Amino acid sequence: MNTLNFPIISLVTFFPLIGALVVMLIHKERKEALRKAALIFSLVEFVISLPLLIYFNSGTHEMQFVEQVPWIESFGISYFVGIDGISLWIVILTTFITPICVLSSWTYIQKWVKEYMVCMLFLEAAMIGALVALDLVLFYVFWELMLIPMYLLIGVWGGPRRIYAAVKFFLFTAAGSVFMLLAIIFLFYYNYKVTGVYTFNLLELYKVNIPVSIQFWLCTAFFLSFAIKVPMFPLHTWLPDAHVEAPTAGSVILAGVLLKMGTYGFLRFAMPLFPYATHQYIPIIATLSVIGIVYGAMVAMVQPDMKKLVAYSSVSHLGIVMLGLFAFNMQGIEGGIYQMLNHGVSTGALFLIVGMLYERRHTRMIADFGGLSKVMPILATFFMIATLSSIAVPGTNGFVGEFMVLIGAYRSYPVFAIIAVSGAILSAMYMLWMYQRVMFCSLDKPENQNLKDLNAREIITLLPLAILVFVMGFFPGLFLRKMDATVEHFIKQYNQRYEAYAQQQTAQLDMKIAAALEGTKEPAAVD
Amino acid sequence: MFDLVWLIPIFPAIGVLINGLLGRRIEAANRSIIHWVACGAVGLSFLVTCIIFFEMLGLPAEERLYEYTWFNWISGGVLQTFVAYQIDPLSMLMCMFVTGVGFLIHVYSIGYMGHDEGRYYRYFTYLNLFMFSMINLILANNFLLMFLGWEGVGLCSYLLIGFWFTDEANAIAGKKAFITNRVGDFCFIIGMLMLFCGLGEHGVWSLRFSEVFPNVHLLSPEVITIICLLFFAGCTAKSAQIPLYVWLPDAMAGPTPVSALIHAATMVTSGIYMVARSNILYSLSPVAMAVVAVVGALTALFAATIGLAQNDIKKVLAYSTVSQLGYMFLGLGVGAFAAGMFHVLTHAFFKALLFMGAGSVIHAMSGEQDMRAMGGLRKKTPITFWTMLIATLAIAGIPGLSGFFSKDEILWLAYSSPQGHFLLWLIGAVAAGLTAFYMFRLIFMTFFNENRASEEVQHHIHESPATMTVPLIILAFLSVFGGYLGVPHALGGSNRFHHYLEPVMGLGPGKLLQKAGAVAHEAAHHGAEAAHHSLTAEYILMAISVVIALIGIFIAYTMYIKKQDRPKILAEKFRLLHQLIFNKWYVDELYSFFIVRPFHAISSFFWKGIDVVIIDGLVNGIAAVVGWSSRVMRHMQSGYVQSYAVSVVLGTVALLIYYFLQMTG
Repeated sequence: MNTLNFPIISLVTFFPLIGALVVMLIHKERKEALRKAALIFSLVEFVISLPLLIYFNSGTHEMQFVEQVPWIESFGISYFVGIDGISLWIVILTTFITPICVLSSWTYIQKWVKEYMVCMLFLEAAMIGALVALDLVLFYVFWELMLIPMYLLIGVWGGPRRIYAAVKFFLFTAAGSVFMLLAIIFLFYYNYKVTGVYTFNLLELYKVNIPVSIQFWLCTAFFLSFAIKVPMFPLHTWLPDAHVEAPTAGSVILAGVLLKMGTYGFLRFAMPLFPYATHQYIPIIATLSVIGIVYGAMVAMVQPDMKKLVAYSSVSHLGIVMLGLFAFNMQGIEGGIYQMLNHGVSTGALFLIVGMLYERRHTRMIADFGGLSKVMPILATFFMIATLSSIAVPGTNGFVGEFMVLIGAYRSYPVFAIIAVSGAILSAMYMLWMYQRVMFCSLDKPENQNLKDLNAREIITLLPLAILVFVMGFFPGLFLRKMDATVEHFIKQYNQRYEAYAQQQTAQLDMKIAAALEGTKEPAAVD
Repeated sequence: MFDLVWLIPIFPAIGVLINGLLGRRIEAANRSIIHWVACGAVGLSFLVTCIIFFEMLGLPAEERLYEYTWFNWISGGVLQTFVAYQIDPLSMLMCMFVTGVGFLIHVYSIGYMGHDEGRYYRYFTYLNLFMFSMINLILANNFLLMFLGWEGVGLCSYLLIGFWFTDEANAIAGKKAFITNRVGDFCFIIGMLMLFCGLGEHGVWSLRFSEVFPNVHLLSPEVITIICLLFFAGCTAKSAQIPLYVWLPDAMAGPTPVSALIHAATMVTSGIYMVARSNILYSLSPVAMAVVAVVGALTALFAATIGLAQNDIKKVLAYSTVSQLGYMFLGLGVGAFAAGMFHVLTHAFFKALLFMGAGSVIHAMSGEQDMRAMGGLRKKTPITFWTMLIATLAIAGIPGLSGFFSKDEILWLAYSSPQGHFLLWLIGAVAAGLTAFYMFRLIFMTFFNENRASEEVQHHIHESPATMTVPLIILAFLSVFGGYLGVPHALGGSNRFHHYLEPVMGLGPGKLLQKAGAVAHEAAHHGAEAAHHSLTAEYILMAISVVIALIGIFIAYTMYIKKQDRPKILAEKFRLLHQLIFNKWYVDELYSFFIVRPFHAISSFFWKGIDVVIIDGLVNGIAAVVGWSSRVMRHMQSGYVQSYAVSVVLGTVALLIYYFLQMTG
């Protein structure tokens, strides 16, 4: 249903494309105008997305602001979009982060500004599209569309090894997507066989009863695709390379939104479509998540490159998200979703800060810095806030998500939860160590002695994130209460369907045993 | 007025916002505004605390519990936590001395930090942030909000230890403090998870004290023991006990008022507060109690030995703090929760005074901290000398001063309570003798004999300004008379302190804590009853501990006043022992060798071994194989018709051979 009687979601999805068109019309030498245009469009986009938040009805688990128009009718493909408590905040996060990214690229990007801004706006549209799509084909189209601008961002505006990183990023993700596409087509075909209806409508497909043996393979295909995106250990190695080579804004978007596509995919598609197979996967996913948490943190600790350190910390943080989601209780899933938002805020801020340092010194090596607090007190403050959020100090957003995930995880698998807590010690170790080596100690390197502190634009870039850290840390209810109905329904639905499958399984097993017993009794009757 | 309890934490928070956001501009304009804001904020908190405290005292003992819920914090499903405060005798006691001593130290800081250009606002911002966190820690009515304070004070400690961050040693000390505390917090969180989920199984989904404690008897004894031990592990970090005490001595890198406030009087006692707050939980687990007592006693002795040979005036005090905290845990461990809290209070007075006195000395000596370069300051800094002497007498346990009453009560109960043991008393008594020795060593080396500093430094020696000496005098007064709050029955007192805390110990105000309380109540009161049954024993032990202290003082006098060559001779004679003690038993080195370095090695292996070689090797390997085979295949598509013709011919031949073989075979 759409209470607004206005195609708000379509507007939010395609407005950045309009922006991209307008930017294309501006002459490529008018760099300042290009930047301003992109900024204005991304800001307006953010404002447009706010009604989603304001008119969102947190009392229902139903999809809201729904729009459904047939697209390729002969295959039952439709343009079907909507938002619920799970996607709402990620959409807002996307529209919130994009202007910040544009701002952070102001002076950082000097070549092909026009193409860059077009890429950014295009990417935003694709990301929002993937988040609101409720038709599998539509989703897949947006999912693949996200790849292209990101590939270009890394490959064109990236660092020295950008081609390697971009290709690695593309191949990893594409490899996963191919399996998912196969699974989607199979699912479509299977549904047709059972019901006789052509449809890619996700909500319809939720209801299909898929035999367990098939379900397992379909689930694996979806999982693989999403696990690469998250990324989960051991499929994570594209991430550090992509982050290190990507321009600052690319890293921010990558960490802030793109990785969430993986975790979101699990929640929206893989888990509710294949509850029985998902249930079988819980131990594996939980194990890999915990390994990711500890492993990512340990590897982060020995990185000499700041950006790589933050990248590995992402692996660790996303492990916490996954651990929460697969706990299948209110605390775990809400905490997991909250942690997705937190990660966007805190890691986004960290990448921005690293980018600001890079712009000044053209290096990201920790060893090249030291004592910067003295010359850059404002940056030091923002850096400290981002660090605290990242290491989940109570009072910051990171703590809320982490604590909820831990409670949820402890209720489902105590041992994993306990190991996951150790991630808290490790995160403090690598983050504070980095902070100490970069910001504290004596200012002994002559290149660092005349560094300029943040300018107004940079402060405006970081300030919203810094404020969010505390708002989300002290008043998480503002965010969580919008998810309650959806998450509660999600868990209920999942459990019901899992139970149904489990009963089917035992019934089948009983039949098999009965048949086998009969077989042993009268062996002669077979012939 | 109880409903205004949120004012207590909000004032320092406002101070943080003002000084944190505008501090740089204010400092450029008029720096005195900064300390007016900061001190004013804490002063107002103290004022509100006083009002609420006396209002509470006006109530009958069984009604002294009030919970104020401010707003919903972290909630989802069955997890419902609030930012909510609790007014009861224990929290108000802590709040009184935290805001009170805190205020004095804020004032003292004006003089002490006066010369620090450009960082004045940062210092006061952090200090106010600390007050905010500490107040949340003690006023919280649930474990989660307590944890907010718990980590918050750790954070401020980190920021303030590394305050002069340009010196690498300070930055490292700050980080060490934070990470060691994180290890403790790790245990704290797990304890919270177990408690929350354990009680949840019985339908009590809560972390609120007034819901948790009356229901803890639902948990099995093993679970209670594990939870207690986990919480205690958290305390060993925050309150610097074996094995996680290592950060505290290094923490002395921070400004001295910080050492006084955070690393002596308030933050480090939060572990004791936590155990005392959870006394019902602990009373149900004899194992956990025994662990607390033994760890406390051993820490008291161990730290005292290290204190014997330190030359840095603040290091001596740091180890002394570790040692005194050990006493408090010893008290808690033998079930004497009130006695432990009593020592927290008196210790806050005399240890804050000692640190601030030391700060005054350092100030006078132009930043010198090595006692070997001091001496003879008695005449030039008389107020500092006299106030410090009072504090030293108090910590040494000289009868009549505050330290005597609290320490003696702990020692007596260590012996006489059901959980007590003669050995625990003995360790405590020996540590008391060592304390008396090293404290008087400090006094003699600093204030007596000739000054050993350079001419220039000597020239500058002066008494500190009034903002520094007035707090010293106030604290000296409290160090003397603070003990009279809890004069034991044996000495003709009525132990008012004990009665004051009774509502929170074991059986709480009527309506609460019935079942669980009954068990704990019995345990807690056993000690008090035991105290009655043998007055003679109490007098004898009291006398012995006083004698031991006097012996300690006497030895210090001989070694550092009469025969000043003794220390050297002794150090030569017991070279190995002296080296061990001087180097703090090499604990830091052991930790580094067995934990830190292997850990780094493994992490490096994960990165260079698994990530780069195995996973990426596999990925790049596949890519390489594909690339290589394509390159090989490429030769087939050369574009030369001749070579295509050759392949056609070769293929035909191969097929023919194949069919031929098939037919014959």
